[in-house]
Amino acid sequence: MNLQELRDIFHNGLWKQNPALLQLLGLCPLLAVSSTVVNGVSLGLATTLVMTLSSGSIAIIRSYVPNEIRIPVFVLIIAVLVTVVQYLMNAYMYGLFVVLGIFIPLIVTNCIVLARVEAFASKNSALPSAFDGFAMGLGLTAVLGVLGAMREVLGKGTLFSGIDLALGDMAQGWVLHVIPDYHGFLLAILPPGAFIGLGLLIAARNWLNLRTEARRKSASPAPAGNASAAA
Amino acid sequence: MKRIARSTLQTAVNLVFFAVLATAMLTSTFYLTRDTIAKSEEREKLKLISQIVPGALFDNDIMQDKLSLPASELLGTADTTVAYRARLRGEPSIVVLEAVAPDGYSGKIALILAVRADGRLAGVRVVTHKETPGLGDYIEIGKSLWITVFDGKSRELYQDADWKVKKDGGRFEHMAGATVTPRAVVKAVHKALVYFGENRDRLFAANQPQKGDAK
Repeated sequence: MNLQELRDIFHNGLWKQNPALLQLLGLCPLLAVSSTVVNGVSLGLATTLVMTLSSGSIAIIRSYVPNEIRIPVFVLIIAVLVTVVQYLMNAYMYGLFVVLGIFIPLIVTNCIVLARVEAFASKNSALPSAFDGFAMGLGLTAVLGVLGAMREVLGKGTLFSGIDLALGDMAQGWVLHVIPDYHGFLLAILPPGAFIGLGLLIAARNWLNLRTEARRKSASPAPAGNASAAA
Repeated sequence: MKRIARSTLQTAVNLVFFAVLATAMLTSTFYLTRDTIAKSEEREKLKLISQIVPGALFDNDIMQDKLSLPASELLGTADTTVAYRARLRGEPSIVVLEAVAPDGYSGKIALILAVRADGRLAGVRVVTHKETPGLGDYIEIGKSLWITVFDGKSRELYQDADWKVKKDGGRFEHMAGATVTPRAVVKAVHKALVYFGENRDRLFAANQPQKGDAK
């Protein structure tokens, strides 16, 4: 595994194949938890941890799993890892555990985890697989954070509310009241706000992508080849 | 035929192997984290108790002055729970009860209540719940002050018929869009007060030092 390969995996996870903006996977937690930055980022990081572990460990055992039963085995391993992470968070990060509550077990049902295992980890060795899970998880976390920020500012007029639950009492004063005396905009907090917000983010990403491509084309007169193959 | 049977068997053995491995991992994590989880929950409970029991109202060691209560339908508890008693100069002032609202939007809501000797509530807090984040979770003190509507209320102040959310014709506020959660909490608090009324004397009965239970 060389550096270029690593960089490609990282670029894929965060931008080119971003799980939330391009593959549109894992929408259930994405839409449910992104009501604040803290919730979104915390669940994103928990998912990243699970993805790193599951992709890494499945890449190790992939040659021992018969093809016919690979999906049940993968699901079993993912479920076990999620439950282990849940126990550990309950024991050592109680505040965060309380915040995320029922969404931690729901990581099991997040199809992005199984999708990366099936698409990447079952064909590659352990290290790149773990890194792929990590990069994809970070891509998801970034989107959750941005979407959470959008919804929180619009819906509640604050940023980082609830951060003391995640980081302890010392963070009590870190909540930013972006719009003082704000009465709230419920639509942004409720599920429709998540769908609209995600739509806007996807549009913004596509626009940025088209613009950089157009710029590259005009910079070098050579015919642009396989710039946007996968859809 | 024989070959198919063998490969089927092999696949089955393989799946069983992974199932056993998974079970072993889960079991060991469960036992490794069990004590720490119990300790974090205990610590969180202590923090909550100190929020709802005013420091000026007791001079005893609340955590030591406890009483086991058998499971009760009125408290909604399925197991033995512990009641803590606060006393001022030997006189009973507050009892801290655990209660469970079984009918939350997504499962049980565990509560603790501090009831003054005269039947007024000193405060109520939610210990654990699985209500929808951002919608039903305003019953948590960290999210909203809603739960303080119970402070100072009693069955003398509000008649039994008033112990409902406003939507059901009672006197308790709730937020639009999430009625099931506060309805469950109000009902559970009311039932716990009924329990308190029926068992008041027993709850404040003088402290018998419990032998062999020095935790």
